[in-house]
Amino acid sequence: MNSLNFLKSNKQNFYYFLYLGLFLFSISIIDVAINAFLKINITSFLPGILGIFLPLILGFVGLNFIRTEYSGIKSLDIINKNINTNNFNAILTLLIIFAIIKATPPSLSWMIFDANISGDTKEACTGTGACWTYVKVWFRRFMYGMYPNDLHWRINLAFILVIALGFFGFFLKDNLKKYLALYYVIIYPIIAFLVIYYLISGGAFGLVWVETGAWGGLSLTFIVSFFCLIFCFPLGMVLALGRRSNLPMIRYISIGYIEFWRGVPLITVLFMSSVMFPMFLPEDFFMDKLVRVIIAITLFEGAYCAEVIRGGLQALPRGQYDAAKSLGMGYWKMHIFVILPQALKLVIPGICNTFLALVKDTPLIFVVGLAELAGMLALAKTNPKWLGFAMEGYIFAAIIFWIICYAMSKYSYNLEAKYKTER
Amino acid sequence: MNNKIKKILPQIITVLFVLGIFGFFTFNAQINMDNRGIDFGFGFLTQESSFDVQFSLIEYSGSHSYARAYLVGLLNTLLVSFISIIFCTILGVIFGVARLSSNYLIRNSAAWYVEFFRNIPLLLQIFFWYYAALRALPVPEKAGPWFGVTYMTIKGYYIPSFIWTNLDIFLYSILAVVVSIIIISTYAKKLQENEGKQIPVFFIALGLIFVLPALTFFIGGVSLDFGIPVLKQLSKTSYVFEGGIGLPPELIALVLALSLYTSTFVAECVRAGIQGIGKGQKEAAASVGLTPNQILKLVVMPQALRIIIPPTTNQYLNLTKNSSLAAAIAYPDLVLVFAGTALMQTGKAIEIVSITMLTYLSISLAIAAIMNWYNKKIEIKEK
Repeated sequence: MNSLNFLKSNKQNFYYFLYLGLFLFSISIIDVAINAFLKINITSFLPGILGIFLPLILGFVGLNFIRTEYSGIKSLDIINKNINTNNFNAILTLLIIFAIIKATPPSLSWMIFDANISGDTKEACTGTGACWTYVKVWFRRFMYGMYPNDLHWRINLAFILVIALGFFGFFLKDNLKKYLALYYVIIYPIIAFLVIYYLISGGAFGLVWVETGAWGGLSLTFIVSFFCLIFCFPLGMVLALGRRSNLPMIRYISIGYIEFWRGVPLITVLFMSSVMFPMFLPEDFFMDKLVRVIIAITLFEGAYCAEVIRGGLQALPRGQYDAAKSLGMGYWKMHIFVILPQALKLVIPGICNTFLALVKDTPLIFVVGLAELAGMLALAKTNPKWLGFAMEGYIFAAIIFWIICYAMSKYSYNLEAKYKTER
Repeated sequence: MNNKIKKILPQIITVLFVLGIFGFFTFNAQINMDNRGIDFGFGFLTQESSFDVQFSLIEYSGSHSYARAYLVGLLNTLLVSFISIIFCTILGVIFGVARLSSNYLIRNSAAWYVEFFRNIPLLLQIFFWYYAALRALPVPEKAGPWFGVTYMTIKGYYIPSFIWTNLDIFLYSILAVVVSIIIISTYAKKLQENEGKQIPVFFIALGLIFVLPALTFFIGGVSLDFGIPVLKQLSKTSYVFEGGIGLPPELIALVLALSLYTSTFVAECVRAGIQGIGKGQKEAAASVGLTPNQILKLVVMPQALRIIIPPTTNQYLNLTKNSSLAAAIAYPDLVLVFAGTALMQTGKAIEIVSITMLTYLSISLAIAAIMNWYNKKIEIKEK
């Protein structure tokens, strides 16, 4: 590649090269942009293959001209250092810029300029772009499933209450802070369960009973993943302690449990919950499908949770155990007052990741017939009045899930970074 | 004495508790099955299955047994996992390396790729490819050829089939190549260690790979024909491709979704592995006079692979387990064929779900065991 550097600037003609290089580079970009945005091919007079590669060649020569070790011009040095270090990088840079320019107009016009959002029926969608009317009309179904429209405030209120209760711990007085772990591990799950149960399913306090079959949409995703998280946490804690226990039988049982659930796919667990659970229960004992699914996912996710917590337990220095023992603490005292409070703090990012995985796994409950977001999409897609808008629905769902999951992963990443520096 | 009780009592309680749960379940299952007139047993495996599977690697029809249906499903699962693992490795390595590029645009595009595909649930991605993206493809009669001989249509991707004569001789030659490359590389290593001489193993191997199999074509009487897919009219409006191999759209959607999704995790493993090598290692290697290529081959890669391989294998395992999502778009994998159709027909819920779970479990445990053995082997032994 060195032979390509035959034309190199020196101190005398540096500015000629700089201007020529920038000129060529901007011409290549403008050519591609005009081609993409206005659909005018200004290089059509050239023979086929050359017309395609011309912007690439021009841009490459341009970038080659402006490449210097050090110029003293700040912006030029930044460009050279970041996207123009050598010929190979220059080509990759050009290809990426071209790809972005080329992809922008069609996606923009599909998503925004040619799209429709007004109206309430399929006929309102006259443009060639996306039909957001479909998403608009079905929005409530996607969020709340078949839950009666005039009762949606109950779901909203329940979520607001649960989130508010979650933040409650931050505002506790200092002399109550020592009960924080107790609050989050035991009291909070129980209160949250009662809130969701009585508000969403009703049947008491003058609220109308809504059966779980009507639950659905994104809110069901949250309900299922939230319950599974708060239930799998204690389970995981017990299993993690069991796996690190000195007593062989307890250790083997914990290992067996953890490895079993980690070795099977979630979908078979869900199948198990829908066809095998009823067989294992007493004859006239009826268990709601949603409850069975939540139990199955909890059992499954508990194994993953256990491994995360075990990581936290292992990360604690041995001195902590020795110090606690030398004070004469027994097994339970040592764990409750010394080990777990420290270990649980360490595993918060890991738990956050588990919850993230849980949210991403929840759409699977669709295969056993629970209509959360993916299920509602499948339902809407096959509705005879709204055929042919699968793309819009899936893009909508993807955007929603992406925002949730991305925010969560960034949060857990920040926590991790924070704890790393604190220790 | 007191200490002994403290140790044994919790264990006895736990064991009794576990046994109690199992006993309770078995007892209930016994009663429930008696009531419904189902008996427990694996005899159904040899019975005639009498259902059809759309896509199968081995010969299969309704007259075959349930055991054969299980095998069909298992092979389909392994097929989709195998193809996806290849693609996700290629993509993962490319994007993992790209995330460490000095080029701002490349680094950030790779980062966005990873963040994008990692944060969308896999099931949605599968649905997107299957119900939205692949449905936009042309019908067979309007499909133009890709690369001249393959056709991407709404009914699947049609590629030429291979028609071999004397395939066994060709396979023997491949085997011979593999064996001779192993012998040569061991010899080269010995030579290097004893006398310090180097021989160009890579080029010899490359030559062998091309020359020996090519020889079988000229001397061994091996020949290869292609069955090219041809458009055929069935009735006035229905067309199909015949000849060649048709990959069903379910398979394509699954492979796309699985490999894009898993490649983001592989990319992170690769990145972590390369970042895990200290700068000092490279500088030390350079100061002994190794060339950049040698540094990469002899110093960086062996150490980076040690970090990369275990978590990557874990991702492969996840991919294999995730391939069970195939059931959601009716690709006939193990879950759909066996835990779906066969279960519907026989009603043997406990047996079939157990077999399915045990299959996945044994794949996982086998790979985990191999991984543990490998980790022990490559462990840095400190003296």
